[in-house]
Amino acid sequence: MSADATLLADLLGRALYGGAIMLIAIGIYAVVARYNLMRVLLGLVLVESGVNLFIVAIGYRADAAAPIIVGGVTDVAMVDPLPQALVLTAIVIGVGVLALASALLIRVKETFGTLDTREVARVLAADPAAAGKSTGSAVAPAAARETANAGSAS
Amino acid sequence: MNGYGRTTASLLFLAGLVVMLYALFTALPFGAAPMQIGQEIVARAPGETGAANIVTAILLGYRGFDTLGEVTILFVAATAAGLVLSGAGAGELPRQAGGFILRAAADLLFPFLVLLGAYIIVHGHLTPGGGFQGGAILAAAFFIPLLANPASPLNHSTATLIEGFAGAAFIIIGLLSLLGGDAFLTPLFGKGTLGDLFSAGSLPLLYLAIGLKVGSELAGLMARIVEVGGKS
Repeated sequence: MSADATLLADLLGRALYGGAIMLIAIGIYAVVARYNLMRVLLGLVLVESGVNLFIVAIGYRADAAAPIIVGGVTDVAMVDPLPQALVLTAIVIGVGVLALASALLIRVKETFGTLDTREVARVLAADPAAAGKSTGSAVAPAAARETANAGSAS
Repeated sequence: MNGYGRTTASLLFLAGLVVMLYALFTALPFGAAPMQIGQEIVARAPGETGAANIVTAILLGYRGFDTLGEVTILFVAATAAGLVLSGAGAGELPRQAGGFILRAAADLLFPFLVLLGAYIIVHGHLTPGGGFQGGAILAAAFFIPLLANPASPLNHSTATLIEGFAGAAFIIIGLLSLLGGDAFLTPLFGKGTLGDLFSAGSLPLLYLAIGLKVGSELAGLMARIVEVGGKS
């Protein structure tokens, strides 16, 4: 491999790894520092994207083709197919998690009229029975945890 | 005061995390594929499974049982979401229809999306794509008309029926190989010619089942969220 190609691969690697780190960092920031539950959920999705990007980037090989045999030629260098198969799995499960979490958020919004965890904690502190109205079992533990968080932070 | 403390703490935590991840990631040689198993699979998969797409060979040939588990996770998530949303906003027509352009475009897109989804599913063992990707496109095909015109709801019982049959087909194909004396989900029906549409034995059938299952599941799930979401 020539010096130019090596430099290019190095830059590509830094860009991909750096991008993955940034996605993870932005996502975790949204999860820990935001109060709106929708943004927390989007942060979770960002973290997942960052991890997926990192796993696919590990399998990259310079001067290699996609792991698909074209025209019966089998002696081509190919990138590692295993991370791609794993990430395919992870993406599908991520969709499931996203769907389930949005369903829960819709219920939180219905029950409390807001997605702000501070508001939810306030309602719960004033009237602990509020969570029991509709989907209490699903909402109560998360809301209780938020109350504990708010209490320890103040 | 409260909010500032929380923000500062999380920013400090993040700075440490980024430094740690950077140190870890730079220890990995980029472009050299540290794992050996990938190259071994690339060398052996075409002869052992007959699938030109090696990702498909891994997903259905080598770890078909894991894929069954993964489909089950998706099914459980969809069921749980349906359970959480059940009863919410039932019987209401949530929103008015979209404009003429949106509705006409949705109707125009529908056959092409179905065709593209079916193509990607059926060619999952030859070209990039497969049951999961094609299933997502199929779900989008049925979901876009619903977004354009919420008054024409998705037929949930049909979607559930397709989903159930597809899931059963996956398991039955796996059980068929047990009858032949092999392990569960061992690829059947020979390997065929590498690169042909009818090759790789039962892998395309498995991907067809996955595609139909994922498509009906996602379409039903998103439709439910739209039906409920209009209320609040």
